[in-house]
Amino acid sequence: MADTMQFDLVSPERRLVSVAAREVRLPGTDGDLTAMPGHAATIVTLRPGMVTVVDGAGTATEFAVTGGFAEINGDSVSLLAERGHPRDEMTQDVFNEMMQEAHRTRQAAEARGDDAGAEVVASAVKLLADMQALGTHIGLDPNQSTVPD
Amino acid sequence: MPSLKDLKNRIGSVRNTRKITKAMQMVAAAKLRRAQDAAEAARPYADRMAAVMAGLTSAAAGAEGAPRLLAGTGDDRRHLLVVLTSERGLAGGFNSSIVKLARQRAEELRGEGRDVTIMTVGKKAREQLRRDYSDRFVHHVDLSEVKRVGYENARSIADEILNRFAAGDYDVATLFYNRFESVISQVPTARQIIPAVVDDAAADGADAGGASGLYDYEPGEEAILAELLPRSIATQVFAALLENAASEQGARMTAMDNATRNAGDMIDRLTTQYNRSRQAAITKELIEIISGAEAL
Repeated sequence: MADTMQFDLVSPERRLVSVAAREVRLPGTDGDLTAMPGHAATIVTLRPGMVTVVDGAGTATEFAVTGGFAEINGDSVSLLAERGHPRDEMTQDVFNEMMQEAHRTRQAAEARGDDAGAEVVASAVKLLADMQALGTHIGLDPNQSTVPD
Repeated sequence: MPSLKDLKNRIGSVRNTRKITKAMQMVAAAKLRRAQDAAEAARPYADRMAAVMAGLTSAAAGAEGAPRLLAGTGDDRRHLLVVLTSERGLAGGFNSSIVKLARQRAEELRGEGRDVTIMTVGKKAREQLRRDYSDRFVHHVDLSEVKRVGYENARSIADEILNRFAAGDYDVATLFYNRFESVISQVPTARQIIPAVVDDAAADGADAGGASGLYDYEPGEEAILAELLPRSIATQVFAALLENAASEQGARMTAMDNATRNAGDMIDRLTTQYNRSRQAAITKELIEIISGAEAL
């Protein structure tokens, strides 16, 4: 079995990363998981969090994603994210913007109220919480972003 | 017979027009390249999304409790036509061909006694459809401030479409845009996005190529499908916007190329006419002088 697999991080606008990886750690909606070469074919949705890619030489690179999904094959991992940033690019500004978006999603869900159902609101609240956790994890302050009216 | 001065002015003004159309053609060519690159860059995401969706939808379609975005509302009485055009004209038949297709479809649906509502993206669709359908307009998206269409634009359009669907405003949504075939050929296209069309060929291809039936889904298939359907719609809108952007520049390039050539022909014609009248004037003067001398 090969010791590396192809890892692609793709946003709707362009392919962000395409490297050979030894392992990829993903923040799955139901819990974190690590994909290594030979992993069973799986499609998994992601929550906002950090994706860690370890290349053949053992160097780890981290990316922040705001959700999406990953397609895992035995020899490749394709991660489809609406937004993905390398960790060094994750400045407070970028993060604030992400937080604002999460806030807006929650407000929209709450505004829709009853016809949306509790699930939608709950998932939006969870999205916000996940975003906050992501920020804290990489040392950015989730409270700096202003909540839009 | 226009005077020499008139002719000279006209040649000058056609020459200026040619300069402008030539410049517009070159700008369009540069923009076309960028638009094509953007469309190219967006392809991996759209392809993967389509493959995954194909696997999921073919399994879920027809099943009990399939999401409404896939199964539909069980009705097809009310239609939403989303007409995507550009903000600017001078692009040949680009905008008219989309509008024509949309208009045809609207008339067809009306003829069948169905209810039609229209959502426009881009100023041109709105202008051209206003006279006949202004009472059917439900929403307009203005992209005139947007220099380069991004995924964010597509998502806000998709959100608008989805919110209206969730509110029960319509049963079927169709996108109208120009598919970019080549610089000289753009094909107006209608594409139904809600309920999602199960593409059997793509599903079969996915089964054969990637063994999509063998995937594990985490969380369950239904949960993933419910999450992916709205995204897939945003992706399709985005793809349509990019195709449209490339088509617009392609159409403008061709139109401006033609305009430049026409201006060139016109300059040639006017120059010939100018020279002829100039010579005629000279000849006339000579005749006058000679006959004046002879009379002496």
